[in-house]
Amino acid sequence: MTGHDHDHHHHDHDHSELSETELRVRALETILTEKGYVDPAALDLLIETYETKVGPRNGARVVARAWSDPAFRARLLADATPAIAELGYAGRQGEHILAVENTPRLHNMVVCTLCSCYPWPVLGLPPVWYKSAPFRSKAVKDPRGVLADFGFELPDSTEIRVWDSTAEIRYFVLPMRPAGTEDWSEQRLADLVTRDSMIGTGLPKQPHEAA
Amino acid sequence: MEGAHDMGGVAWSGPVKPEPDEPIFHAEWERRAFAITLAMGMPGGWNIDMSRFARENRPPQDYLSKSYYQIWLAGLEQLMLERGLVTADEIEAGKPLHPAKPVARTLSPDGVAAMLHRGGPTQREVRSPALFAVGDRIRTKVMHPPTHTRLPRYVRGHVGVVELLHGVHVFPDSNALGQENPQWLYTVTFDGRELWGPDGDVSVKTSVDAWESYLEPA
Repeated sequence: MTGHDHDHHHHDHDHSELSETELRVRALETILTEKGYVDPAALDLLIETYETKVGPRNGARVVARAWSDPAFRARLLADATPAIAELGYAGRQGEHILAVENTPRLHNMVVCTLCSCYPWPVLGLPPVWYKSAPFRSKAVKDPRGVLADFGFELPDSTEIRVWDSTAEIRYFVLPMRPAGTEDWSEQRLADLVTRDSMIGTGLPKQPHEAA
Repeated sequence: MEGAHDMGGVAWSGPVKPEPDEPIFHAEWERRAFAITLAMGMPGGWNIDMSRFARENRPPQDYLSKSYYQIWLAGLEQLMLERGLVTADEIEAGKPLHPAKPVARTLSPDGVAAMLHRGGPTQREVRSPALFAVGDRIRTKVMHPPTHTRLPRYVRGHVGVVELLHGVHVFPDSNALGQENPQWLYTVTFDGRELWGPDGDVSVKTSVDAWESYLEPA
C-alpha cells in the first residue's frame, strides 16, 4: 500500500475492514451449521422474507385501506394489531401495534432511542438512519431539526408528538390523506404512501408526484 | 445500565442522513448475520431482553465504533459463549473444535414462517389492578442499575402524565436476568420544557412506555 492516492487508500482500508467481518460471519455460520444449530436453508428463507415479502408496501396498503374505508380506519385506531392482521400482516416485532393519526394540528414521529424498535410486519427492517446516533439522539429533543434534515418543516402551530418505543409496543403513523385524491382507488392511494410518512419523518407524496 | 446505547438527547454532531433507495442490507455478511441471529434464538433459548443487554453491555467506544449488524454479531457471540454453545477458541479458529452442546430445538426451513408469525408477545394476564389511571401525574424514578433497563436517562426524575394503559407486560429489567415479573405498562408523556428546560420546544411532547415500577405519584 503506497498510499499515492488518498481515495484509493481509504477504499482499500474500508474494504479490508469489511472483509474481516465478512470472514468472521462466514466462519461463524460454518461453526453453527456443522454443530447442527442452524440450517443454512432456513437462513436463506429468513433473508428472502425480509428482502422480498415484509416491507413498507405492507404498511402503505394499511394506510390506503384506512383512507378508503372509515370502518377500517376506526378499527385501526382502536386496536391496530387485529386490524392490520386483517390484511395478513402480523408477527415478530409487531406483536402489539399502535397506530397514531396525524391531523392538521398534530404530527407524530416514532423513534427508539435505546436500540432500533420498529414495526417489522408493516415497515420491514429499519433503514440505517433510523438506527443511527443522530436520529436516536435528536428525535426526542429537536424533532423539528430532524424534519429539517429530511427537507421539510411544519407550521409552529402544529404540535409534534414523539413516541419513544421503549417497550414492545410498536408505533405506526397514519399520515393525512393528500388533497385531490377523493376519487382515487385504494391501490393508487397506496402508491402515495412513503415509508418515512409512516415513521413521521416524511409526508405522503402529493398526487402530481405519483409514478 | 449507563451505556452508549441510551442516546436520547445526547449532543451528536451532524444531521440525520437518509440514504436514497437504500438497500435492505448493505453487504452479504449483514444478510447472514441478521439471519443467524434470528435462527439462533431457538437453540439458544435467550429472550429479547437478554439479547438487548448483550448488545448494549459494552464500552461506549466499542458500541459507537461498530456498525449496527456488527453489534448484533458481538451480542450473539457473547450469548453463545456464555452458554457454551461455541467457545472462544472456535471463534478464533473459525471452525468447530468441540462437540456440539445438545439443544432443545432448532429452526428448520419449514418452521420459519410459523416462528415469524408467532413472534414474541409480551402481554400477560392481569393479576392486580393498575396503580395509575389515564391523566395521573407521575414522576419517573431516578435509578442507575448496572443491569438492563428500558427507562432512558433523559426521562428519569421527570414529571409526566399517564396517557395510555397497555395492560400487563413482561418486565425487561428482570427478564434480562431470566424472570418475567410482568407489570402494568403505561405510555407516559412529558412536555418539552420539562425534559430540556428553556431549550425545550413548547410545541413538542415526548412519551416513553414505562413499567409501573419505574413510576411514582407526583
